[in-house]
Amino acid sequence: MRSPILELQGITKAFGGVEALRGVDFALCAGEIHGLVGENGAGKSTLMKVIAGVHTEFSGRFLLDGHEAHFRSARDARAAGIAMVHQELSVVPDLSVAENVFLGQQPTNRFGLVQWRRMAREAGEQLKRLGIDVDPYSRLGDLPIGLQQLIEIARVLFSGARIVILDEPTSALSPPEVERLFATLRQLRDAGTGIVFISHFIEDILRVSDTVTVFRNGQKVAETAAAATTKGALIEAMIGRDGKALEHSYSDDLMLPPPNAGSVVLKVDQLTFARSLRAVSFEARAGEVLGIYGFMGCGQQELSRILFGKLKPDGGSLAVDGRRRTFGSTASARRAGIALVPESRRAMLFHQEPVYKNISISILERISSVLLKPARERAIAMRQVEQLQIRPPVVGLDLGMLSGGNQQKVALAKWLTYPPRLLVLCEPTRGMDVGAKNDVINIVRDLRAKGLAIIVLSTEPETVLSLADRIVVMKRGAVVREFANEAVSKDRLLEAA
Amino acid sequence: MASSETVPAGRKQGGLATFLRSQMRNIAPFLTLIFLSGFFAAASPSFATLDNLGNILTQVSVTGIIAVGLTFVILCAEIDLSIASIANVTGIAVAYFTMQESYVNIANFPMPGWVAVLLALVLCALLGVVNALGLTLIGIPSFIMTLAMMQIAAGISALLVRGQIAYKVPDVIATLGSGSIGGIPWIVIVAALMLLAGHLVLTYTRFGRYVYMVGGNREAAEYSGLNVNLILGSVMVIAAVCSGIGGMLGVAHFGSAQQNEFDSYLLDSIAAVVVGGTSLFGGRGGIGNTIVGLFVLGVLNNGLDHVNIDSFLKILIRGLILLAALVINVYAQRLRARTAE
Repeated sequence: MRSPILELQGITKAFGGVEALRGVDFALCAGEIHGLVGENGAGKSTLMKVIAGVHTEFSGRFLLDGHEAHFRSARDARAAGIAMVHQELSVVPDLSVAENVFLGQQPTNRFGLVQWRRMAREAGEQLKRLGIDVDPYSRLGDLPIGLQQLIEIARVLFSGARIVILDEPTSALSPPEVERLFATLRQLRDAGTGIVFISHFIEDILRVSDTVTVFRNGQKVAETAAAATTKGALIEAMIGRDGKALEHSYSDDLMLPPPNAGSVVLKVDQLTFARSLRAVSFEARAGEVLGIYGFMGCGQQELSRILFGKLKPDGGSLAVDGRRRTFGSTASARRAGIALVPESRRAMLFHQEPVYKNISISILERISSVLLKPARERAIAMRQVEQLQIRPPVVGLDLGMLSGGNQQKVALAKWLTYPPRLLVLCEPTRGMDVGAKNDVINIVRDLRAKGLAIIVLSTEPETVLSLADRIVVMKRGAVVREFANEAVSKDRLLEAA
Repeated sequence: MASSETVPAGRKQGGLATFLRSQMRNIAPFLTLIFLSGFFAAASPSFATLDNLGNILTQVSVTGIIAVGLTFVILCAEIDLSIASIANVTGIAVAYFTMQESYVNIANFPMPGWVAVLLALVLCALLGVVNALGLTLIGIPSFIMTLAMMQIAAGISALLVRGQIAYKVPDVIATLGSGSIGGIPWIVIVAALMLLAGHLVLTYTRFGRYVYMVGGNREAAEYSGLNVNLILGSVMVIAAVCSGIGGMLGVAHFGSAQQNEFDSYLLDSIAAVVVGGTSLFGGRGGIGNTIVGLFVLGVLNNGLDHVNIDSFLKILIRGLILLAALVINVYAQRLRARTAE
């Protein structure tokens, strides 16, 4: 057994009285890919931030190459060869691809001037190793999100760090991109880099890792060789109860139900928008969940924005309950009975405002006239908090104090007091743990039973398969396949897209 | 009053330290006010008198009226640089529509008093609508749009008075601007009523809530199905009308209407709102903060006159106080963001 380059002993870290980590031991060897799994809030990211010098106050021993180390900042950690890709994208859209790859460490000549040509050449070479063929001079912001994420990963991978931490690096990547990322990770591992890989995709963890560690409630509950465990065993360790009932692999065929008899709530006809949508047509019916699946950049995001009146289509038409509509603003879409939950919680919630104001904001018109009725707002919010089991159940708490999964529930709760005709959900379960995913699935099924038309847009086949009664597959801005009343599986979806 | 705008929820977030940190933008301006008052009271026997309090109130009244509308704008994370110009042109307009003495060399259009007031109000509202359309429909950043409006309004003023000075305003404006009732100047009462109205609208109405939400996170407001453009447009019109009222009363208060007479009010109004602790990033603060800010500026301006100090140094001191307030404003935003994470 090689000796670890990084060893943590008895790490405890508390935030305002709440222990996020309790006596965690963790070791990483050179030339090892170490997978971390656990539900949201289990302590994975906190531990990684301790390693990367983001959290500097904690108790326990921190050994680097067998010597006690203490970082005062993320800068110290980088100087010691530790680099991290955070969950949130942190690239500079207005700089070129090459500048992003070399952010903060541009090659300079002896006069201190940036060597542009060398930078572009090396950036191009590094990106090719990840299978990305882009012009290093192009503006990063013009590229699809998936590519931007890969370029951020490239920056960290090729920074010369000995220890690389990747927090949910694959969430925005298409399957071929994931393959290329894994190939690169293996190359780096073979060259002696120690890699920590955090993901909710347990298949990914099992495929790429050598060792897997499971976290639950701030503690390490299992550490095992990846070859010696299974998805079921990991899920069971993660959630501490029998996970099989909660998790389908979706590798087998799933039978979609026969077409629903509900009335057509939304009819989209020949919708076009810039280069993103090409003559898209489909219908959504009451009491039915329509899944729209496709890779990142297939036009889903634009489609959802058009449905909610945030973007104006170049051509085509929308009809709600048989009436043709053009939305001048999101307010007119809301009044027409359409609700949208975008993929980013930050985009739809007010983090510095209390929970009840977040829930009441889209229904104030209906529950108050000119004057506000705060007591009524709180009562309505409390009902939603109880129904959706939002924790902690305090409607006066600032939203920013809630965990990610609970924030996602608040985002849904905004629309549920007066259910809309059509609910559009973008990536409703992205980045969620198994338990929270299950909660969301149950909420959506409830709403379907109440007769709402629901559209779920996702780039994750599992999300669509777990929710949809009918599935439309989009590819490069066009609808290429519809699955209804037939067998479908993850493979078939991926094949169609 | 200073703390009444913020969410009471802050209190539930844990320890006293956390609470104090989250309230920093309300506490710091208040402490500044107490400190300045104490300092001037100790330095000059003529400062802490009832008469002088009346002076201070009168001195901040015009700024206060203009600052009501500006508070709405800054709460939405926008800015209005045209407020002083619009105040000026509205004041000039109301004089323009009033019969002037024969020695005043202005080709004016005499109207009955109430028509003159109405026309002046329509004018400032229209200029506000132009600001609103430029901001929302065309998408010009408010900083640039209102910079242009500042020039446009100044241009209209210039055309109306052509370098002359007008003195007469309708009786009702003259009374409200320079009269008093029971020893209390009407202008102070108007300013107080407008601040109160602004506070009530922001705190207790749906529109007020929308203003805070749009300022707090514009994208989220849009994804909640709010008509963000309508709200932004409304605050620009509110700011213009408040400025117009301030301008009319100001002209009566100063006793004349002429070009450039409100120039110093742009900076004073912005300073009052920001010194009071309303966040430049939007969504935090309110009229209570603006009132404290008005008093800080009022006490400072007035107090410096009571102590023996180089009058040129006063300008520098005001600049430094404003800088300190900006530092606190940005710092408070950061503290708040950290506690909310």
